[in-house]
Amino acid sequence: MMYESRTAHLGSCLSCVDILTILYFKILSIDPKNPAAENRDRFLLSKGHGAAALYATLAQRGFFSEKILDGYCQNGGMLPGHSTRNCVPGVEVSTGSLGHGLSLGAGMALAAKNDKKEYRIFVLMSDGECEEGSVWEAALFASHHKLDNLIGIIDYNKLQALGWTNEVLNLEPLTKKWESFGWSVKEADGHNFLDLEEKLSRIPFEKGKPSLLICHTIKGKGVSFLENKLESHYKNLNFEEYQRALKGLE
Amino acid sequence: MRKAFIETLIELAEKDENIYLLTGDLGFSVFEPFSRRFPKRFINCGAAEQNMMGVAAGLALSGKKPYVYSIIPFVTMRCFEQIRNDVCYQNLDVKIVGVGSGLAYGSLGATHHAIEDIGILRTLPNMIILSPADPFETRELVLKSYQIKSPTYLRLNKSGEKILYGLHQNIEIGKPSILREGKDGLIIATGIMVSLCLEVIEELRKRGYNFKLISLHTLKPIEKEEILKEIEGFQLIFTVEEHNIFGGLGSAIAEILAESNFRGRFERIGIPDKYCSEVGETDYLRQFLGLAKEEIAQRILDKLKKLI
Repeated sequence: MMYESRTAHLGSCLSCVDILTILYFKILSIDPKNPAAENRDRFLLSKGHGAAALYATLAQRGFFSEKILDGYCQNGGMLPGHSTRNCVPGVEVSTGSLGHGLSLGAGMALAAKNDKKEYRIFVLMSDGECEEGSVWEAALFASHHKLDNLIGIIDYNKLQALGWTNEVLNLEPLTKKWESFGWSVKEADGHNFLDLEEKLSRIPFEKGKPSLLICHTIKGKGVSFLENKLESHYKNLNFEEYQRALKGLE
Repeated sequence: MRKAFIETLIELAEKDENIYLLTGDLGFSVFEPFSRRFPKRFINCGAAEQNMMGVAAGLALSGKKPYVYSIIPFVTMRCFEQIRNDVCYQNLDVKIVGVGSGLAYGSLGATHHAIEDIGILRTLPNMIILSPADPFETRELVLKSYQIKSPTYLRLNKSGEKILYGLHQNIEIGKPSILREGKDGLIIATGIMVSLCLEVIEELRKRGYNFKLISLHTLKPIEKEEILKEIEGFQLIFTVEEHNIFGGLGSAIAEILAESNFRGRFERIGIPDKYCSEVGETDYLRQFLGLAKEEIAQRILDKLKKLI
């Protein structure tokens, strides 16, 4: 998809695709045959630039035909470079500008609480996204309203567009920040399926508090020459690199 | 207008349990009847408007009907991208209610004046913009817009507005309301300026001129044909608004006239493109910005004389 369309954000997709896999195949209560079921769990990709990873996961999970993936970012295709609500079944919200998803999720979580519904809302954010002030407004709101049906996940690959997060705008101590905002926080290896499944299976982490899972990840994971490389954010692969990448992922 | 809004909303909320009211920590002594009656559906989001708008979108995505309230600059500009991406792009049924149109918060200073809101919100696809002239129009527009599942912006003055209508007037979204008939010229006004223009028209009448007055309470969408029908036969047209001269009612009407066969004179009356540096109440500030009724009447008379 991304090789054919010559689009950016390959590294950002590879860092979160393991998290998406565990969510869609082990955690979320969803039915690809009935994607708008009222009591489904909601997943919001707040880091909308990881759209290719979401589309691929949804297709594998049976929400739509994998053929549609070929139209990613192509003229006349169905899949824009940032996830867009209902562009295909299963995409819950339109994102692309950072710092929007957690508020949307908080609104959904509040509605669910008031309606006494059991479903949960998962919001995947990037680390650079936590530089947006609106994330912290939402963090305050969610803990104030005791939204323990809201789960934030941070794809903490420590690289953003122009550099390491601790050099661009330091987020640390990230766990303590979220804890001090009233969230129950755990950390996980974002590429270890067992670790992710174990932690995401026990939600809420604490009754009466929103949960946050900080996933330590590797930008460009799975493609040796992209791993932990700044250029994996924007780089388009040439044919030879593409073949090497595929071989490495097998 | 604020009172008319909340009373009408309470009526609706009695029947529709999906109605939520969100505020950015404003509305002291106005919202208590709502919050007492519907405590779970009244959310004070605090001074965090970006999150408030996002939460409203999340509620709308869950089948709720949120009304989001604050002073205009904070509920339109502080969270503009949330309005664009979360509300308008996703075409959600979120009602934005802004209080303090134009210079309503006169002495609080230019941070609280609202002179750009129509201009910026008019650029957003899917948005409906409503700008009532009095408590009656406010009530009718709240009732009518409740029926439409669309992003909506309700631009309110504040309080103490004169009631301009009788009880059985028909107010429809998108339809210009005619408050006075006249043959010598046409004034199209919006919001609180409609009330002021009734006084202007009285001044003009004393000088022997009869003007037609339209309250254009729907600023988006504006039905071009409706406007062209109303201006037919007029050689002199004015728009009057408490908003920057750029981007608001005057600009919207100019766009229509420029693409029509209109060959008469047209003038926009509004706030000049500057922030008000004077200190004082609304009426006082209007004198510095050319929006006092005497000055408006004089500008109209000058133009009229040139035409004759």
